[in-house]
Amino acid sequence: MREISFNKFYKSFNILSIVLIIASLILLALKGLNYGVDFKGGTLIELRTDLNSANIKKIRDSFSQLNLGDVSVKNFGNDTDFIIKFEKQNSNDPKFIDNIKTKLSGSIGTVDFRRVENVGPKVSAELLQSGVIAIALSLAAMLLYIWIRFEWQFSLGAIVALFHDVIITLGVFSLFSLEINLSIVAAVLTIVGYSMNDTVVIFDRVRENLRKFSDIKIFELTNISINQTLSRTIITSATTLLALLSIFIFGGEILKGFSLAMILGVIFGTYSSIYIANPILVVLKVSQRTIVKEDKD
Amino acid sequence: MLYFSKLRIFSVIIFTLILSYFTISNFFKIDDNFFSKNIKLGLDLQGGSYLLLEIDNKPVITQKLQNKVMELKNFFKDKNIITRNYTVDDNSIIFDTTPDKSDELNNILDDDESEINQYYQQYKSHEFDFVKDQDSFKLTLSKYGLVLLKNASLDQAIEIVRRRVDEVGTNEPNILKRGNDRILVELPGLDNPGRIKSLLGKTANLTFQFITQNTEESFGTEKLDFEDGSENAIVSKRIILSGDNLVDAKPSMNSQTNETVVSFTLDRVGAKKFGKATSTGVGKRLAIILDGKIISAPSVREPIIGGSGQISGNFTFQSATDLALLLRSGALPAPLNIIEERTVGPDLGQDSIDAGIMSLIIGFILVVLFMIYKYRVFGVIANLALISNLFLLVGVLTLFEATLTLPGIAGIILTVGMAVDANVLIFERIKEEIKSERNPIIAFDSGYTKSRTTILDANITTLIAAVILFFMGSGPIKGFSITLGVGILTTLFSVYFIARLFTAFYVIKNKEKESLI
Repeated sequence: MREISFNKFYKSFNILSIVLIIASLILLALKGLNYGVDFKGGTLIELRTDLNSANIKKIRDSFSQLNLGDVSVKNFGNDTDFIIKFEKQNSNDPKFIDNIKTKLSGSIGTVDFRRVENVGPKVSAELLQSGVIAIALSLAAMLLYIWIRFEWQFSLGAIVALFHDVIITLGVFSLFSLEINLSIVAAVLTIVGYSMNDTVVIFDRVRENLRKFSDIKIFELTNISINQTLSRTIITSATTLLALLSIFIFGGEILKGFSLAMILGVIFGTYSSIYIANPILVVLKVSQRTIVKEDKD
Repeated sequence: MLYFSKLRIFSVIIFTLILSYFTISNFFKIDDNFFSKNIKLGLDLQGGSYLLLEIDNKPVITQKLQNKVMELKNFFKDKNIITRNYTVDDNSIIFDTTPDKSDELNNILDDDESEINQYYQQYKSHEFDFVKDQDSFKLTLSKYGLVLLKNASLDQAIEIVRRRVDEVGTNEPNILKRGNDRILVELPGLDNPGRIKSLLGKTANLTFQFITQNTEESFGTEKLDFEDGSENAIVSKRIILSGDNLVDAKPSMNSQTNETVVSFTLDRVGAKKFGKATSTGVGKRLAIILDGKIISAPSVREPIIGGSGQISGNFTFQSATDLALLLRSGALPAPLNIIEERTVGPDLGQDSIDAGIMSLIIGFILVVLFMIYKYRVFGVIANLALISNLFLLVGVLTLFEATLTLPGIAGIILTVGMAVDANVLIFERIKEEIKSERNPIIAFDSGYTKSRTTILDANITTLIAAVILFFMGSGPIKGFSITLGVGILTTLFSVYFIARLFTAFYVIKNKEKESLI
C-alpha cells in the first residue's frame, strides 16, 4: 500500500484545530450550552396528540395560557409528538401535572403524556456538579494511566488530543444549541475513552518504531506509524460509526443527542490521534533517547 | 499463542454455553429458581415512575431541642442549679445560670460520665457541642448527634413510605435510602404517580384537640384553619389523642347520615384516654386535626368508651380511603419533599425497546457485513466472536440480574461497533508479520503476541471511562456504564479465547495455502 504523507499537513491542520478550539471556547463562553432539565431544573413533558389535532403553534398557545413562564415547544420525531420544557417545577404538588393535562385537553383535545421529568433546583445543581466531576475525574484517570504507561511527551500529546475532542464536541453542541443532558455526559466520557484508545494504538506503534529505527527522525517516524496503523484506524472508526449511525437513525428520539455526540467524538477522536497527538511528539522532539532513558530506569 | 490444550478448549466452550444459556433464558419462562434469572428492565424501558424524596428534618430537630430543654431543666433542678431564660432557635438552645454555678454547670456538660450525656456512653462522642459565654450557655447539635438524628428519622420515614406504597399495591416497588436525608422510590408500571405523590406528601400527623370558647389566641391555645378553608377555630394545645394510638382505620358509610366516613379503632391506652376526655368534655367540640388543619370538629354528645369512632368531613370514597390508609400506615417523622420525578409511560417504554432492538439488529448486520467484506474468512471468525460476545455480554448481565436501560442498549450497540477493534488490530498485525515470515503459524503467533499490549492499553482506557461513569452516574447512565464495562471484558474474552480458537483451527488446517489472510 502506498504511504500517505500525513505529516505534510501537520501544520495546516494544527492551525485549523487551534482555530476550531478558539471558536469553540468563544462559543462556550458567550453563547454557553443549552442545558436540559437534568442540569437546569424544571419540567419536561413529552406528549402525543391525536393525529392532526394539534400543531406547534396551537400547543405553544395553550401552554402560554397556563402561566408556566418561558415554555419551549419542539416537535419530537414525528408530527404528533412534542417535547415541552419550562422552568417551573412543582413536584410537591401532586395535582401539578394532572392540572396541566386537564387544561390542555380542553384546548387541544386528548393528549397522552408519554414522559414527564420534573427536576428540582437542588438536584439539577448536584447532577451538573457530579457530571463535571465525572468528566474531570476521567481525564485525570486517563492522564495517570498514560503517564504510567508512556513517557511524559506521549502523555501530553494524548491529553491535548483529548481536550481537543471534548472542547470541539461541546463547541458543536453550543453552536447548534443542542441539548446537554445526562446522556451527553455519558457520551463525552465515552468519547474520552475512545479518543484515548485511538491515540494509544498509534503511540504504541511509534514507541515500537523508535526502538527499531534509530536513524529515522520523529517527523518521518510518526508518519510511518500512522500509516502502519491506518487500516486499523479506518476499520475501527468505520464499524463504530456504523453502530452509532444505526442508533442515530433507528434508536429513537431519546438517543439522538447521545449518538450524535458520539459520532462527532469518534470523528474528532480519529482526526486528533493523527493530527494533534503526533505533531506534539514532533514538537517535543521525541527520539530514541526519550524511550531508551525510560527503559534503563 | 495458537496452541490450545484440550482442557482449555473444553472450559471455553462450557463457559460460553453457560452464559449463552442465561442469555436465551430471557426469552423463555423457566420455573426453577436458580435458572430463571432475567435482565431487569429499567423504568425508561418498562415504564414507571421514579421519585426522589428529601426529608425536611427541621421539625425533628426542633422537637429534639425542645425535648432536650425539658431534660436540662429537670436535670439541673435536681442538682439545685438555677437555669433560666431558655430560648430555642433553628439549631441551638441558649440558657443562663447564676454566676456562682456557671463553672459547675460547665463541668457537668463537659463530663463524659454525666447522666446528662447519656449519648456519650453509647457512642463515645457528645450529642451536643456547647459554648460558654460567662453565665450563658449555647448548646448546638454536634455533627454526630445530627447524623444519628437524621438517620433515625430517615429510617422511620422509609418504613412509613414503604407501608404507604405497599398499601396502594403497586407492582414490585423499590424503596431505597440515598445519603442521609433522601429516599428513592421506584414504581414500575405506574404512569401517573399523582396518587402516590399525594400520599407521600402528607405527614399524616393526626391529633384530637378540644376547641376552646376563647375568640383570641392565648397561652396554651392556637388558631387553626379548617381543611376546606371555610373558617378557623381556637383549639387547646393539649393533645387528647394522637395517631400513634390508632390500630386500624378504614373507610365506611355512616348509616344515619349517609356520609362517607373513616372509622378507626384505638389501642387500649388510646381508648382509655379517649373515654376519659370525652366523658369530661361532653358538649364541647372536639377538633380532629391532620397536619395542622382541622378536618372536622364534631360536638361530643356522650362519652366514647368503646375505643372506636368515626371521622367525618365531606369525604369522597377515594379521599376517605386515602385518609384511612395514611392513618393505618402512621405518621412521617418529618415532611417529605419530592425533589425529582421522572415518569415514563409504558407505550413509550415499549417504543424505546423496539427502537433499541431495531438499531441493535441493523448496527450488528452492518458491522458483520463490513467485516466479511474486509477480511473474508477472518471476517467470519471475527463475526463469530462478535456473536458470542453478544451472548456473553447479555449472559453476564442476566446472571447478575443487572438493570437494562435505554442508554444500556446503546452501550451494547456501541460494544458491537468497538468489539471488532481488537480482532482488527490482531489481523492487521498478522498481515504485517506475514510479509516477513514465511511460516504462517509463526506469523499468526507473533501477530497475536505483538498486538497484545496495544489491545490491553486501548481497552483499559475505555474501561476507566466506564468505571468512573458507574460511580458518578445515576439511573439510566449507570446502565450504560455497566454494559460498556462488561462489554469490554466479554470482548477481550471473545477475542482471546473464541476468535483465537477458530483462527488456530483454520490456520493449522490451511497452513499450506498461499495468502491466508
